[in-house]
Amino acid sequence: MAAEIMTGHIEPAGTVEGLPGVVTDFASDKQAFPVHWGKAMMWIFLLSDTFIFSSFLVSYMHVRMSSTVAWPNPSEVFALSLGGAPIPLILIAIMTFVLISSSGTMAMAVNYGYRRNRARTTSLMLITAGFGAMFVGMQAFEWAKLIIEEGIRPWGNPLGAAQFGASFFMITGFHGLHVSAGVIYLVIVALKVWRGDFERTGNYEAVEIAGLYWHFVDLVWVFIFAFFYLW
Amino acid sequence: MSAHEGTQHPISVYLRIWLLLFVLSAFSYMVDYFHVQGLPRWTLIIVFMFLKAGLIVSIFMHMKWERLALKLAILVPPLCLLVLIGLMAIEGNYTFLTRSVAFTP
Repeated sequence: MAAEIMTGHIEPAGTVEGLPGVVTDFASDKQAFPVHWGKAMMWIFLLSDTFIFSSFLVSYMHVRMSSTVAWPNPSEVFALSLGGAPIPLILIAIMTFVLISSSGTMAMAVNYGYRRNRARTTSLMLITAGFGAMFVGMQAFEWAKLIIEEGIRPWGNPLGAAQFGASFFMITGFHGLHVSAGVIYLVIVALKVWRGDFERTGNYEAVEIAGLYWHFVDLVWVFIFAFFYLW
Repeated sequence: MSAHEGTQHPISVYLRIWLLLFVLSAFSYMVDYFHVQGLPRWTLIIVFMFLKAGLIVSIFMHMKWERLALKLAILVPPLCLLVLIGLMAIEGNYTFLTRSVAFTP
């Protein structure tokens, strides 16, 4: 049984008994998506992640709509003083550009992967991970500023609606966790590329799958940037 | 899986999309910087957001070159969220009104 599945030959549904039968029945003999299974699974994972982030953003919409206390103005909360005058949202803007740049380098890494250019794929992936680490660093700076200087807590803050802190820490924290996990994931795949693992299998799909995850993290930031910081 | 159609683009495609994303991000930042308020602000934010999201999904994530079955399987289910957004907006409004009546001094 196991050997047959490994070779890609699967028994028709309804011919095998017991637990292996469950597997053959569900697997049937048809493949819905003619792509690498890892890619299809990554897309389905990202779909589920879309619902998680959407739930957070919708709950944020709800608490912001239902609060009778004024919502703190993100433009002022996230302003930084550079050379005396406060510039609104400047750190967030820089973080956005950093993340978009990382997406650009990742897209090029995938392209070089399919061209079997190991050196460029590895270096572009490591640059991407570097941008990601830079992003997390700036986020840590932002959190520290909000917690220490502005006194913002998940249960309240001196600027207005108490729900601001809860929404902010939940949404950006979960996104930051995704970026951190992505950095680790990218470094692992980059090292495998460098070691020549995909040279042996002749399949650079793993780079594209890691890329899908990374672009998704950038995609989520586009929505957080629009709804949390700009709205 | 032998031929990776649609994955053999020249690098310039990605550089152009990257530049476009930079410009769009700069535009959405400008919305805040120049204090555009009210309906124009929300419209501009949403427009730039969807343009950026569309570019990332279609070009960077290669969705443009996938088969329709995969496109539909991934892109249609999130539309359910519109129902959630609608319900929570109604609920949020109601909560706001009851709070205004009952809890505001």
